Amino acid sequence: MAKARVKVPKTAKAGDVITIKTLIKHKMESGNRKDKKTGKKIPRHIIDKFTARFNGEEFFSSDWMGGVSANPYCAFNCKVDKSGEFEFIWHDEKGEEFTAKAKITVA
Amino acid sequence: MSKMRIEVIDRRTFLIGAGASAAALAGLASIANATPEQAADFLAKLTGGAKPADGKVKIEMPEIAENGATVPTKVSADSPMTDKDYCKSITLISTKNPAPHICTFHFTPRSGKAFASIRVRMATTQDVWAVAQMSDGSWHIAKTTVKVTIGGCGG
Repeated sequence: MAKARVKVPKTAKAGDVITIKTLIKHKMESGNRKDKKTGKKIPRHIIDKFTARFNGEEFFSSDWMGGVSANPYCAFNCKVDKSGEFEFIWHDEKGEEFTAKAKITVA
Repeated sequence: MSKMRIEVIDRRTFLIGAGASAAALAGLASIANATPEQAADFLAKLTGGAKPADGKVKIEMPEIAENGATVPTKVSADSPMTDKDYCKSITLISTKNPAPHICTFHFTPRSGKAFASIRVRMATTQDVWAVAQMSDGSWHIAKTTVKVTIGGCGG
């Protein structure tokens, strides 16, 4: 259901601080909305945790609540000194996990 | 010129008023928003009672957000991000959303910069706080005000 997109530079120089942009399709149902027909509250259903790893090492993470917009976008940085692979994990509060990967070549 | 501007705002205010009434009819006005006091309570719990100092942390949001459903927000902290001295986390706190806690970013020295960009929901015009914790345990705060024309937490 969820579709993730990540933007990571393909190459960088050792010691560079690169910017990573991520976006995932998710409605981030806040739990505050009401169904217009039934008047009942629509239960909360959000991605509550985002984690970014480089070569297996977690370097950035974020806890999200209902105040984060639908289709959450998140940009952050990483200092790279060798080539490797990024892994991004979005954890849905219903237990589902979505992952995306990207490689970088560091000269 | 200034006269025209006023006319535009008036028309807009009218439309928002109409929209708000419609929302009230649909039973959406019953959402209780948090108060600045609840935000202060949340902040006190977060810092364990420590009073955060001004400075070192920055928050960037538009002065006027036409659509409260997605308001671009940037936070950063002034930190060398070395193993000994880095920014551990930045938390975004809303003073008038249904819940004060919006999100928390966790950094490591490997992050390179204590910076994050995200899009948030704003229920109404309000102050937003960014609270940073440094590796030495100190807390810092920055505040900004966002004017919201259409709220983003209901509907």
